[in-house]
Amino acid sequence: MSTTIGAPAVVADRLRRVFGDFIAVDDVSFEVREGEIFGFLGPNGAGKTTTIKMLAGLLLPSSGRGSVAGLDILTQSEAIKRRIGYMSQLFSLYADLRVDENIAFFSGLYGVPRQRRAERRDWALQMAGLAGQGKRLTGELPLGLKQRLALGCAVLHEPRILFLDEPTSGVDPLSRRRFWDLIDALTQQGTTVFVSTHYMEEAEYCHRLALMNRGQLIALDTPAQLRAGVKEPLLELHTDDGPRAVEALQDLPGVVETAMFGRAVHVALRDLAGAREAIAARLADRGLALDALNPIAPSLEDAFVSIVRAAGGAPVG
Amino acid sequence: MTPPNTVVAGTRPAIGVAGLTRRFGATLAVDGLSFEVASGELFGLVGPDGAGKTTTLRMLAGVLRPTSGDAVLGGVSVARDPEGVKHEIAYMSQRFGLYADLTVLENLQFYADLYQVPQEERAARLVRLFHFSNLQPFKDRLAGKLSGGMKQKLGLSCALIHQPKILLLDEPTFGVDPISRRDLWLIVHDMVAQGVTVVVSTAYMDEAERFDRVALLHQGKLLALDSPAALQRSLAGEVLVVQVDPARAARDLLRSHPRVRRAALFGDKLHVTVASAADDAPAIDAALRAAGLVPGELHAAAASMEDVFIERMAEAA
Repeated sequence: MSTTIGAPAVVADRLRRVFGDFIAVDDVSFEVREGEIFGFLGPNGAGKTTTIKMLAGLLLPSSGRGSVAGLDILTQSEAIKRRIGYMSQLFSLYADLRVDENIAFFSGLYGVPRQRRAERRDWALQMAGLAGQGKRLTGELPLGLKQRLALGCAVLHEPRILFLDEPTSGVDPLSRRRFWDLIDALTQQGTTVFVSTHYMEEAEYCHRLALMNRGQLIALDTPAQLRAGVKEPLLELHTDDGPRAVEALQDLPGVVETAMFGRAVHVALRDLAGAREAIAARLADRGLALDALNPIAPSLEDAFVSIVRAAGGAPVG
Repeated sequence: MTPPNTVVAGTRPAIGVAGLTRRFGATLAVDGLSFEVASGELFGLVGPDGAGKTTTLRMLAGVLRPTSGDAVLGGVSVARDPEGVKHEIAYMSQRFGLYADLTVLENLQFYADLYQVPQEERAARLVRLFHFSNLQPFKDRLAGKLSGGMKQKLGLSCALIHQPKILLLDEPTFGVDPISRRDLWLIVHDMVAQGVTVVVSTAYMDEAERFDRVALLHQGKLLALDSPAALQRSLAGEVLVVQVDPARAARDLLRSHPRVRRAALFGDKLHVTVASAADDAPAIDAALRAAGLVPGELHAAAASMEDVFIERMAEAA
């Protein structure tokens, strides 16, 4: 996918945030280009939400600097809030208001000019798949519709930059796909989208990905480059007893990592030479069947694990 | 009542669920579920938030009374003897009760006392649990200071200290980093290898392929129940995986192609459902090239569980 190269829409410069003795975000720096879908990936507690809150002007950093749409996050957080759209994993909609009332409320909050409100309302209803249903009570909508309405409300004022914090968490797969179609449509119109997720397949939709672990940025690149960066060759093994095969292979010389992937076993190797023979011999030795053993391309999850290991072992702390 | 989804003849089910229903006010959280889980089976409850996974597991665990219907675990009815069920099972909820101010080892010892695990059996069991959880180096760390993934692993280890016959796990991998996720699955597979019946809920469709059988849940109802392979085969038509840039434009183009039943994005690739992969691939390839979209790869593939879920959702709607 092509990106518009321009002035950075978002700059994080050595951002750090401490809560008591816990370092939530530790010296994180990156730039997001205008028109880019920038993905923020990492487990719960990795520092994703804290970083987004600092950039969205909701939380002051302990140290470091940053800017959003050219505005300073330390001194211009109020102005930032009017220039961005923000949607968190906990929807900001009022459950006891009707759909129209929620849209009217957010139009007022974001200062949408009066003469444009009817047009923007119709647009939001359309994009949420709620055309003609403005009188429905928001709390009674299915989760997927609520989440699209929340996105509609977050962009009523046509922000140039959109922050989405795990917007699709727990949403059914069909609604997730539709949601990403909306994100794509917004970026086609030049909106910059900063989105966090822990769905690996959603990460593939992003132009670039930042991997967070224990408060630190451990990788930043395109999904293709991150996958290409996995140096260890991978084999996919089909056997009759995956868990026992994992155990049998994990101390085999040259094996970096073994893991269950569905019903198959992924074996990461230091070197492909001689590996097939060694694996076959070890499985035969333990009385395990070898139904298939084929080289495969690494997934983003393989890349993530490889990068975390390279960054100093298991994600603990 | 005879459950329609019965297990292989000749095996005694570990769990039998018949017409299980739970209502919260006007909402039917679980709507007449009937299924059986075979002894020693790895059984998945798969669906988005609001599908009824947690409510179902809470009823199976005897902590929430069904509005109607019943479930029988190890011969004990949850409707008649909810306390008795607790001796048959181990249950790990999404908020498992770890003591933040106790160390890893102290938590394990506390649960061993609670479940009255004989002293002479404890050492061997701890070795086994530490082997898969990789928590040994952190045994003296306070539970409150563990990462999210390590907390989940400790919670699971505590639930397993008394070697139950049936294990119920509510979204154990949600939001957990990929490395901890791998460890968690190893523990689960080890339990299955030891003959334990395991029911796991997940919102991650890609985890569904790990199970012996999968119950796809949506809005409290059973959409489908079968082995992953059978569910994938049950999908009408065949799937072509197409790698092409820009993928969304290609998808929109293919959606109006007469041979295409469905076209959807999967990460950076398209899944195109056609009547026959072999017969239709050349036409798809030609249509893309005619529009100046040259596919980088185009080949037949097995349908994913997400394809199955979306198809069944559409049928049920």
